[in-house]
Amino acid sequence: MAWFKKSKKIESRTVKVPEGLWVKCNSCKEIIYRKEVDRNLKICPKCNYHFRISAKERISLLIDDESFIELGRDLKSEDPLNFKVQSIYKEKLSALKRKTNINEAASAGTASIEGKKVYIVVLDFSFMGGSMGSVVGEKFVLAAERAAAENIPLISVASSGGARMHEGIVSLMQMAKTSAAVAKLKTAGIPYISVLADPTFGGVSASFAMLGDIIIAEPKSLIGFAGPRVIEQTIKQQLPENFQTAEFLLEHGMIDMIINRKDLKQTIGKILSMVALKTASVTYTS
Amino acid sequence: MNNMHHYLDFEKPVAELESKIADLKNLADGKDMNISSEITKLEKKADELRADIFSKITPWQKTLIARHPERPYTLDYINMIMEDFLELHGDRHYADDPAIVSGIAKLQGIPVAIIGHQKGRSTGDRIKRNFGQPHPEGYRKSLRIMKLAERFSMPIITLIDTPGAYPGIEAEERGQAGAIADNLMEMFTLKTPIIAVIIGEGGSGGALALAIGDRVLMMEHSVYSVISPEGCAAILWNKSETAIGQNEYEKAADALKITSSNLKDLGIIDEIIPEPLGGAHRDHQTAASSLSDALKLHMDQLNEKSSEELLESRYNKFRLIGKLQEQ
Repeated sequence: MAWFKKSKKIESRTVKVPEGLWVKCNSCKEIIYRKEVDRNLKICPKCNYHFRISAKERISLLIDDESFIELGRDLKSEDPLNFKVQSIYKEKLSALKRKTNINEAASAGTASIEGKKVYIVVLDFSFMGGSMGSVVGEKFVLAAERAAAENIPLISVASSGGARMHEGIVSLMQMAKTSAAVAKLKTAGIPYISVLADPTFGGVSASFAMLGDIIIAEPKSLIGFAGPRVIEQTIKQQLPENFQTAEFLLEHGMIDMIINRKDLKQTIGKILSMVALKTASVTYTS
Repeated sequence: MNNMHHYLDFEKPVAELESKIADLKNLADGKDMNISSEITKLEKKADELRADIFSKITPWQKTLIARHPERPYTLDYINMIMEDFLELHGDRHYADDPAIVSGIAKLQGIPVAIIGHQKGRSTGDRIKRNFGQPHPEGYRKSLRIMKLAERFSMPIITLIDTPGAYPGIEAEERGQAGAIADNLMEMFTLKTPIIAVIIGEGGSGGALALAIGDRVLMMEHSVYSVISPEGCAAILWNKSETAIGQNEYEKAADALKITSSNLKDLGIIDEIIPEPLGGAHRDHQTAASSLSDALKLHMDQLNEKSSEELLESRYNKFRLIGKLQEQ
């Protein structure tokens, strides 16, 4: 009767744990009714802060319905350093997989946006802070290489604390690897649009995320190289009010535009309609 | 002069012996045979002790050697191994960053472009050079010089020695992340050989931004890492860097695999350049001539390749790091 018991156990696991009814905004610190935030594409109704969303939510928000075909879904870190200090990296990864139900901090694949075929890579902050290790790097490069080979634009959405410490030097090299892949696209004249969501830092901002032909940020996202805490500790001064916000970067000429999540898909579609004329035209049939 | 040296904690036993030797030397004036044979004996003992200490050096201790204040810096190596060095300044947009030096010179008779992080020796110089931590203009300057080298078919040599790119308000305002990213991308398109050598500290993205090479070499006692052992330990133990100590740094440095032999095993670097016993800071000349020979050897090998071959193998070299197969 073991099978019977087992199925019952699974059933009990699938019972949804009710999430908190209220949520605190990272930006204005207001306490808001969660449903109100969810209804609003996870944008704070009080201050327009764009909450972090999962890669899955992001993809469904950006692409034409059901057009996503995932690439490298089962890629798994080989734990190149055999990292075991304080906690065991491999165990941490499997525990996270179980908890979050996602495989890694990035999803990649093909999809269409407003009828135009693209390759897309989206980072997920909920998986180890969206950190880039070998899997994230590999997924980005897979997508970029195919984009280059098939003459199709590439879109990335970053949300990451930077390189993944647990993969040490191998993580650092993912910065080189992803930037090399972007160089391929540039040489071939294939458009690459980079979207920066809250937060984009370190090894991700200092590689592919800042290399877009066009760089778009979501309102109030924090974007930079060094994290604000590190800077504060180094210079021992208070940081300016809007330091490292998307608005700050726009003002300093580091990004092209700030686009509200609601208008993101349409904006990317518009860009593609102008810059992706020479790329392979694949019409999307619904 | 020996007692003028800066000794690391684990070198203390050698330091004591060497100061004894120095005292004896002062006393003897080289005339008293008894004393001079004693000196020879002690010198031999000091060498053995040093060899013993260095045979079991830990990754954290290597980090300290890599940061040793008497270690040769970029300008020291340039002065020792190159002729006709002309420093070229400025990024043509904002400023000249003294944390990176760049220019043209001859290495064993061959004109090259040379770019490297530069730490300061005196207090004033250290501050001026921001302890070898570049601002965006430093990376932009280096890219400008690299493109110049490409135009004139000169090989590029980069010497890496930085705790990291500077984390400051102005660095962010001027686009630190973008400046590093641009270097990474552009270095994959340069149609001229690039040899990158980690000579001291290879601190994360700030180091990598000069380290995209057809060959990546490391001086024996240099380190190369995505994060400093202190930074890593602070995260792992979730405490401020001052609340933890050597014990944690040792563990973090060990786990991060940052030494030249670790990185050779991991397939990240191509070659380890041997240093004199006790580290490059003990004997600048010997370290420099090993570096010079290694550079010449790799330059000769790379010069035989066409620019297409170079670009393709450079891409593949980094493409294969951390390459994964679907299961």
